[in-house]
Amino acid sequence: MLKLNINGRPHQVDVEADTPLLWVLRDQLQLLGTKYGCGVGECGACTVHVDGEATRSCITPVSAVLGKKVRTIEGLAGKKALHPVQRAWIAHEVPQCGYCQPGMIMAAAALLEKNPKPSAAQIDAAMDNLCRCGTHQRVREAMAALASGEPSGGGRHGS
Amino acid sequence: MEASRRNFLKATLVLGGGLCLEFSFPLAAKTAAQAAPTEVSAWILIHPDDRVVVRIARSEMGQGTFTALAQLVAEELDCDWDRVSAEFASPNESLRRNRPWGPMLTGGSLGVRSSQDYVRRAGGAARAMLVAAAAARWQVDAAACSVERGVIRHAASKRSLRYGEVAAEAARLAPPSEVKLHEPKDWKIAGKSQHRFDIPDKVLGKPVFGVDAALPGMVHASIAQCPVFGGRLERVDSSAVDQLRGVKKVVRAGDFVAVIADSWWRADQALQKLKIEWDFGEYATASDASIMAMLREGLADDKLPQAKKSGDGASALASAARTLQAEYFSPYINHATMEPQTCTAWFKNDGTLELWTSTQDGEASLATAAKTAGLPPEKVEVHKMMLGGGFGRRGGSQDFVVQGVTIARALPGVPVKLMWSRAEDMQHGFYRPASLVRMTAGLDAEGRLIAMHSVIACPSILKVLMPEAMKTPIDFTAVRTLSDMPYNVPHQQVDYAQRNGHVPVGFWRAPGQQNAYYRECFIDEVAHATGKDPLALRLELLAPGDKNRAVLEAAAWAAAWSKPAAAGRHRGIAVSDGFGSYTAMVIEVSVSAKGEVKVHRAILAIDSGHVVNPDTCRAQAEGNIAFMLGATFHQENTVKDGRIVESNFHQFHLLGLGEMPQVEVLLVPSGGFWGGHGEPGALCVAPALCNAIFAATGRRIRSLPLKHHELRPA
Ligand code: FES
Ligand code: FES
Repeated sequence: MLKLNINGRPHQVDVEADTPLLWVLRDQLQLLGTKYGCGVGECGACTVHVDGEATRSCITPVSAVLGKKVRTIEGLAGKKALHPVQRAWIAHEVPQCGYCQPGMIMAAAALLEKNPKPSAAQIDAAMDNLCRCGTHQRVREAMAALASGEPSGGGRHGS
Repeated sequence: MEASRRNFLKATLVLGGGLCLEFSFPLAAKTAAQAAPTEVSAWILIHPDDRVVVRIARSEMGQGTFTALAQLVAEELDCDWDRVSAEFASPNESLRRNRPWGPMLTGGSLGVRSSQDYVRRAGGAARAMLVAAAAARWQVDAAACSVERGVIRHAASKRSLRYGEVAAEAARLAPPSEVKLHEPKDWKIAGKSQHRFDIPDKVLGKPVFGVDAALPGMVHASIAQCPVFGGRLERVDSSAVDQLRGVKKVVRAGDFVAVIADSWWRADQALQKLKIEWDFGEYATASDASIMAMLREGLADDKLPQAKKSGDGASALASAARTLQAEYFSPYINHATMEPQTCTAWFKNDGTLELWTSTQDGEASLATAAKTAGLPPEKVEVHKMMLGGGFGRRGGSQDFVVQGVTIARALPGVPVKLMWSRAEDMQHGFYRPASLVRMTAGLDAEGRLIAMHSVIACPSILKVLMPEAMKTPIDFTAVRTLSDMPYNVPHQQVDYAQRNGHVPVGFWRAPGQQNAYYRECFIDEVAHATGKDPLALRLELLAPGDKNRAVLEAAAWAAAWSKPAAAGRHRGIAVSDGFGSYTAMVIEVSVSAKGEVKVHRAILAIDSGHVVNPDTCRAQAEGNIAFMLGATFHQENTVKDGRIVESNFHQFHLLGLGEMPQVEVLLVPSGGFWGGHGEPGALCVAPALCNAIFAATGRRIRSLPLKHHELRPA
């Protein structure tokens, strides 16, 4: 039995130590928000936080997160309110199909925790998650709004 | 921000509030004590507390149809938009009730434009029934009643009733024979940017996609298909995996083998350990070179059927003072939806079959499942899930359903979730067809374009996916944009060489779009050869009043085309109609000596007649541009030893965040018709970009992707 700490809660799972964290989350713990896109660390759909670091869970063996704090999209919002990134994502209507977005949001939240006011170039460089639908422009807009400290509520529907 | 929006945001920003999607997983037990809504008509359910649920037949893959169609229904229903949500209509119920929701197929940018009329009528009919019910209760004339935001009023007697109070009586009334629809200029709910219903759940990471199906006792399957298209499974030695932990079963079928296990990871690990022998079939030596030879042979065929002939056709070229000729090529490209193909199937003990899948056509999924299972269709239900991208991959081709059902049949009574690995998805698609086109232009002594002859060698999508739709040797998806040019050229001919090859082809976002690249770059070549401005030549060739003119002018105006671009910057322009809409684009680039292409701006003007949700239409334009820039710069699927070479995103690049230009979208709906938005925005990207690169470098790009020309995004 492996002991995990996910979204502040203890979990025990009975899996091989080399099982990628992604599949423990999805198939053992039914935390389905974290997505499989490539399985090789290319796309970022599986991004979670491990001790605050944006981490690609598809190439992270579960043994590497023992004793660490894992946060998934399900644990991002507080009890009463969404995380600012989630609020900005709604206000700017960022998702299209939405499949890449949990990973995108987790990457954004990790970046902002380290650097609350990233420049446009820093955002472009740090956010290398892939999106097939092409939400690029809105990811940038939502991030720019967050980086400028602007309350995100305005968004796309100001009129 | 108006009050209703504030309420919406408040509702959705509170965790757990405002969730609009209901997926019927048995695990997710519905809260009891919810008073049942009344079905006023097949389209509209009304709760006693006035909440309205609109049933949506089309699929949602991020294009916004789920919300836009609800807007159209609510517009005519005159209900309170803040209290509207949507749910998917059930394919099984559709079958049993004689298709009250019309077709479920979601493709061709048709979701709104081909159902707008009957969904608006459904809204109007329900409104009339609700009013009639209130009038009957009051014993007054329905014509003396008015409605505002779901409240029916009788002014003379100062009485009012809410929709929720009369829904049950309304449901018993016959729908009116005639419904008068609101004029678009009077729209209050449609025509406005409304928040998409599906976004809050997606931002919260709720399990809304096909791959998120979660059922009691569910097991998981990973699949390996014959690497060479058309090959078969010969034999499998599964001795190395039969005893592995968690492995339930190895399923062998015609052209695939799958492992079922208690997690997808264990299934996939076991799959990698199988010793599989394939019969690769007759295409085991096919390659890019053999495919190119096939297309080239098509161009050389002198007995091709004609997709178009006007005036004297190609023979007019003989009398031209001057001719220009060019050959263009586009590669195969996979859809590469972020969510791989997936299907969860459950042969239940009561003899029915249930599916959870990401499909662009719930009816086709149901029919395919029934046929594969050998069950009467009435015994099959398909739960339509949110699609993690579609782009045409999950409609006409229902391969994932055939497989999901075949695999689950091996474990009756147990739900089995099949998910493809990325490599399977990349190598077993229904690709955008590779095509090779030769165009010849004839100019008169004054340099006017008088004749154009195009020969198109391209696999036929219809032949592969819907052979019954091929009534002639011409596949319209292979010739469109060249066979129906808006340009006034007196002598035209388009010949079609159907050369299919063994690579399966399919409807890839804006099918036939390669022809827009060819035509609009070739017109640019004509402009250059005759010393004309590319915009001026196009306007010269378009009749007055042609809607292509207006979008061209709008895009050119926004780009300040008549003024020189900033130092070091260069512009390209293109125009194309398609999928019911008219589009034009200007792209502005600078190109470094090392071949780094900085795309500064992309301006899209689009006339779709009407616009139901402007913000969603803008999002589709932005998405189309990112999708197509990625394709134009990077993407191709190549063939070696009969199989697709690329296996994952390291060999199939999507556009990076830093590579995205500033996109400006001009929605210029001119009214009177209904055009699409999911695809038209894709049409002009490749030609506008390549024309801009020509303006910058003098290099004419006649084959894609750009990476083969030492050009990459900066
Ligand atoms: S699934 Fe992990 S990076 Fe793509
Ligand atoms: S929103 Fe569809 S892949 Fe990003």
